[in-house]
Amino acid sequence: MNWRRSMIGLAIALPVIALLAFGLTRDPAQIPSPLPGRAAPAFELAYMDSAADSVSLADLRGKVVVLNFWASWCLQCRVEHQDLSAAGTLYGPQGVRFFGVLFKDEPENGRRWIRMMGGQSYPSLTDYRLRTAIDYGVYGAPETFIIDQSGTVVHKEIGPITFAKLREVIDPLLEREATQ
Amino acid sequence: MTAAALMLLLAPVSGPATGQSAQQPTQSGAGAAQEQTIEVVPETEIDRQVRDIASGLRCPICQGQSLQDSPSELAQQMRDVIRSRLEEGQTPDQVRDYFMGSYGEWILMEPRAKGFNLTVYVLPVLAVIVGALGLMMAARRWLVGAGAPLAGPTNVDESDPDLAAWEDLVPR
Repeated sequence: MNWRRSMIGLAIALPVIALLAFGLTRDPAQIPSPLPGRAAPAFELAYMDSAADSVSLADLRGKVVVLNFWASWCLQCRVEHQDLSAAGTLYGPQGVRFFGVLFKDEPENGRRWIRMMGGQSYPSLTDYRLRTAIDYGVYGAPETFIIDQSGTVVHKEIGPITFAKLREVIDPLLEREATQ
Repeated sequence: MTAAALMLLLAPVSGPATGQSAQQPTQSGAGAAQEQTIEVVPETEIDRQVRDIASGLRCPICQGQSLQDSPSELAQQMRDVIRSRLEEGQTPDQVRDYFMGSYGEWILMEPRAKGFNLTVYVLPVLAVIVGALGLMMAARRWLVGAGAPLAGPTNVDESDPDLAAWEDLVPR
């Protein structure tokens, strides 16, 4: 085999190998969301514990909002529960509004789960027809959206979120608010 | 729930006159009062469009299934969203754009032929062309080789007395 022929072979094979290697570096579960940087889809959802009352995104304008889609059947939601609840306790007095959104689940199951987990520092909302989940492009639980004071999505977390991650995203938003 | 389960248990015993007649309206022995006809509802234009759009969108919680094929609750709700948006007067492209706005291009079953995605469409065609060219060049080389006289035996002794006997045996 002469060198010229091997060079042609390499020239064809290398880009293919590079393409496949690039594919291996990507996690297929982490599907990039188009939402961060854009206006958060509007919603008006009833509270899980009092269906007569509801909250809308428009009511929350000017506040940092953390929207966590969860379900009682979701195992990963147990992983993040402590962190979210602790962050809710820390940031609640600073005006950050935390909401759980029940994803494909019944309020009865949700309430039982919260009792079992030892409570939750913020309220949950119901989304029976999944319209809000679809608007936000949710494809599983847990997923967490952090929305800034102007109603723009600044972060989407797929899978369990940590206390550290919440601080990392929320603190700069509050600092910005303080300096304005 | 319990009542339905009881009905299911009783159905084979009490025969076709019970719940079964709904599925098999022509079954003999079913009471005339129980007889039901299955009404065939023709597919409307909206139904066709919903089916068309749902077939092209990925079910977010399934593996490689379209919204049309998935029996999941989320897929069903998403089909409802498609329908209500069409009924509001949106075009199929606007409906697809809405889903791309929330789920990204990932929601499309087939990637759009744009940018980096083009490789998916162009590479196979390119590979076929390059392969065909290579094959053509190789074939030409083979044919050129075939044109040259075949190297036969060069040291045949025509006067060999056994040769005639062999030539009779071998058909020409």
